[in-house]
Amino acid sequence: MINDVLQNRRYVITGIMSAVIVLYVLRLFTIQIIETKYKNGADSNAFLKKTQFPPRGLIYDRNHILMVYNKPAYDIALIMREIRDLDTVAFCKALSIDKSYLVNRLAEIKDRRKNPGYSSYTPQLFMTQLNIEDVATIQQSMYKYPGFYIQNRTLREYPFSAAAHVLGSIGEVSRAKIEADDYYNSGDYAGRDGLEYTYEETLRGEKGVEIMLRDAKGRIKGKYENGKEDIAPKAGQNMTLTLDVKLQILAEKLLKGKVGSVVAIEPATGEILAMVSNPSFNPTLLSGRQRSKNYKQLLDDPTKPLMNRATQAQYSPGSSFKPIQALVCQQMGGINESTIFGCSGPESSPVKCTHHHGSPVSLLSAIEQSCNPYFWNAFRVTVEKDGYGVKNAVFRKNFEEWSERIKSFGLGAKFSESDVYEQSRGFIPSEKFYNKEYRSVSGWRAITIRSLGIGQGEVLVTPLQLANVMAVVANQGYYITPHLNKCDSMLKKRHEVKVEKKYFPIVNEGLWRVFEFGTARASKIADISMCGKTGTVQNSHGKDHAILVGFAPRENPKIAIAVVIENAGFGATYAAPIFSLMVEQYLKGKVTRTEEEERISNIVTNSNVQKR
Amino acid sequence: MSKNVSIKYALDWTTVFYYVVLVFMGWISIYGASYNFDQASIFDFSQRAGKQFIWILTGFSLAGILLLIDSRLYNIFAWFIYVSAIILLIVTIFVAHDIKGSRSWLVIGPVSFQPAELAKMATALALSKYMSAYNYKLKNWRDLIPLGVIIFIPFILIILQNETGTALVYAAFLLMLYREGMNGIVLLIGSFTVVLFVTIVKLSIVPIQVDHGTLGMILGMVLILLVQIGYAIFFCRNQKEALLLLLGTIVIAITSYVLNFRFYLNYNYVAIFTVVASCIYWLFIELFNRYKKYWFLILFSIGSVLFCFSADYLFEKVLEPHQQVRIKVLLNMDDAPLGAGYNVNQSKIAIGSGGLFGKGFLNGTQTKLKYVPEQDTDFIFCTVGEEHGFWGSTLVLLVYWLLLTRLIRMAERQHDTFSRIYGYCVASIFFFHLMVNVGMVLGIMPVIGIPLPFFSYGGSSLWGFTILLFIFLRLDAARLERMR
Repeated sequence: MINDVLQNRRYVITGIMSAVIVLYVLRLFTIQIIETKYKNGADSNAFLKKTQFPPRGLIYDRNHILMVYNKPAYDIALIMREIRDLDTVAFCKALSIDKSYLVNRLAEIKDRRKNPGYSSYTPQLFMTQLNIEDVATIQQSMYKYPGFYIQNRTLREYPFSAAAHVLGSIGEVSRAKIEADDYYNSGDYAGRDGLEYTYEETLRGEKGVEIMLRDAKGRIKGKYENGKEDIAPKAGQNMTLTLDVKLQILAEKLLKGKVGSVVAIEPATGEILAMVSNPSFNPTLLSGRQRSKNYKQLLDDPTKPLMNRATQAQYSPGSSFKPIQALVCQQMGGINESTIFGCSGPESSPVKCTHHHGSPVSLLSAIEQSCNPYFWNAFRVTVEKDGYGVKNAVFRKNFEEWSERIKSFGLGAKFSESDVYEQSRGFIPSEKFYNKEYRSVSGWRAITIRSLGIGQGEVLVTPLQLANVMAVVANQGYYITPHLNKCDSMLKKRHEVKVEKKYFPIVNEGLWRVFEFGTARASKIADISMCGKTGTVQNSHGKDHAILVGFAPRENPKIAIAVVIENAGFGATYAAPIFSLMVEQYLKGKVTRTEEEERISNIVTNSNVQKR
Repeated sequence: MSKNVSIKYALDWTTVFYYVVLVFMGWISIYGASYNFDQASIFDFSQRAGKQFIWILTGFSLAGILLLIDSRLYNIFAWFIYVSAIILLIVTIFVAHDIKGSRSWLVIGPVSFQPAELAKMATALALSKYMSAYNYKLKNWRDLIPLGVIIFIPFILIILQNETGTALVYAAFLLMLYREGMNGIVLLIGSFTVVLFVTIVKLSIVPIQVDHGTLGMILGMVLILLVQIGYAIFFCRNQKEALLLLLGTIVIAITSYVLNFRFYLNYNYVAIFTVVASCIYWLFIELFNRYKKYWFLILFSIGSVLFCFSADYLFEKVLEPHQQVRIKVLLNMDDAPLGAGYNVNQSKIAIGSGGLFGKGFLNGTQTKLKYVPEQDTDFIFCTVGEEHGFWGSTLVLLVYWLLLTRLIRMAERQHDTFSRIYGYCVASIFFFHLMVNVGMVLGIMPVIGIPLPFFSYGGSSLWGFTILLFIFLRLDAARLERMR
């Protein structure tokens, strides 16, 4: 043999294998014969784990007004083995279901393809989320139906029909979620969207367990070790939101009959005070047994009530883009506060002016009067200030710088540190984008992308982003990531924009003039100095979108708001009054101009939107 | 000289008999595990037992086909098979759907299978092929590197599929390598590492005199010193130096204890200092006496100290949370009856309740009531333990022992290196699966989801093991033709 020395190693290997097997036999001997612990623990008894569901955390607004609470609900469970002589007629009558439902449901539970964890010995859910009224009849006669049990659960309930998009809803967990997270079992509930989804782990609490013993036939024999090992459910944590529910309700009222959204932010903290999207729905619709039916109905509604326009809809900002334009062009040295440009009104070329005012205009009056040619010229001189260079290189570099500075206002990207659910990114075009769009690096110039100068064209923003831009202007140079959960740690998420503080006062002044003398003067309130900018955005879907962005008061601002009403018309006519009423509500605690409130609330811009 | 012997006579029927017995017992157990009192026959194809019956029949046909193939082909195509298996593993990572976090199943029409099961066979063939080359000898570390590469590629690919358990099976090849000449120290170091890891992780939470160090770290250092002393005595026959080291350690221990009455002294640092000092001591002996024997000891000690420092880190940062929990359960560090230890606890209860003779076929209640998870796949041994008791489970282990020893005897009677190495690979893989799976069910090993050969439900694993075994049976049947 070749390997004679090594051949002896076969004995070592055989020895290791034998040793392990002997060890296992010894272990079997201890477990099965010597130790009585396991035998007694299991001789004929086994555990039945009964899940105890924790109450979900409550949700309050910033003034500690309750917005979401729980009400009791009931599930009916069954253990197939224990069902005896079921009186189907009486049973169906007590639960007000028909016999075919009962038969189908039983077949469904037994079908292992649909219900893979099925065992005839363990509890299976028969009906879920019943109200107290639904189970009232059957509760007293439950003893007549062995094998059926009532389990307690909770359902979400809402004192106000408000903030449905923000709060979100809970629903039965999907199979994917059960597989991904060990916490969930089939039939459990979890947040599906909105805050209920984002803060699922905070709100859900921890399930408890009651351990019952039962014999081999499945009969319950009492509690295991007198409940010593039971785990009490831990209630979910309550949450305080940044929302002001009164402001939220007012905004929802003002948006009636219109398609659009409103976002209000406290500039100093980034706290979202109100976030409304219309058409909306009553949050109760997505709670309880009718959830799937109602959900489908909402999903099929052509006005898309399930969509949160405040964060998901993207619009061209139009004139509301001009304050940022003014800031960035100053910072890049394209213009300064004394720069003036000529304007020939509607005859201006290549960008027309939609307003009538004197010429030439200064930066201040350009903001006040929303002069399009001024901002086109400002944009042009900024990106073209150093000429074009070879193959547009210098121009493109300036444009990229412009784009980066604009993005620093929180545009063109989601607020990734925010707890706001389902945001759209918006869009700020980059150099790369245009190189591709015009198929070459030298194929485009300022004139090609002139609509950018006045906030039209490729640039897209969400209402949330617009409100945040106003927070930046109010703060003169920074913003705190907008958020919904009231906690101080968010103050650390401070973002400085790439425009120095010294360029802000003039824009601030311009925005103040808009309400004093300019396009929004009709919505002025006597004792509050407001700053804002109207926007009337052309689009391909019909009438112009009406926009108003602004903040108030001018000194030490408390609230920054963006209002967007789709296909309504002038920003000054439709959006500015909403802004003005909301400022009054928030700063004074109530609206005194009730006629104005009713007037705005009764305007219908889209007849498809039902008045809810 | 080659004789053509009919396969009927040359085939090792004893092994085939063990194989059939195990497969049959597995099938019965699967029926028992998924039996639900109100269920139909063992041949009901919508149930797992019925499906397993189909797998068994197809497995037998597969075995028949493998026996008809010319034995030389396995040798010739070894690399081809290996490379194909690797490609299949790579494809699987990208194509496979995510099933509970693992991406290891390929679905082709109604059939889904795990390429990782085939990769074991392919790797075994490749190792046999490489090591049976006439100029190859396993003498030093350098010869191990290509083998390491052959093993490492499928290993890492299976890790990427998130099948850590299956990947660990590749450690089984160490046994084969040991038989083929690898230094036995590798096995010893491996075992020592496990002991050290368990000591550190389990005892690092036990403080000494409130804040004077941790029991885990000190015991770890003591273990290293003991190894040093043992090495000096048994390998170097240097009782004097070992004694000196022992004395030195004791002196340091007592001094530090006394000093602690007056000053604050952390025993952890004292222990580490002792080991470092011992290393310096060995270094001096090495340099002045030119023994050339202590280099290994010094490297080993430094490596162990570093390992002690990183064990906690490894445990907390490298292992996934569920893997940490499994190890904690094993070390009795997490003993909530309904917490993470639930599975193992229930599995022990099920087995324990079997007693001497068991509750009888189909009478197991623990497994029927679905208290034991994965009762027809990874925890199938529970059903045997509960329904057939100590007697039945010992019988099953006995058959495995007979099969394993038979395989080793067969491997040793081969005339060519290729067949012998392959035989050892097969035996090592079966052994590893048996050790980990049964150990897990008995609560001796952490929960690692790998199947029990021939027993666990599932076509992929049954086919994989059948192919592995019958290729060896074919090689064995041709041993008289295969001379080298």
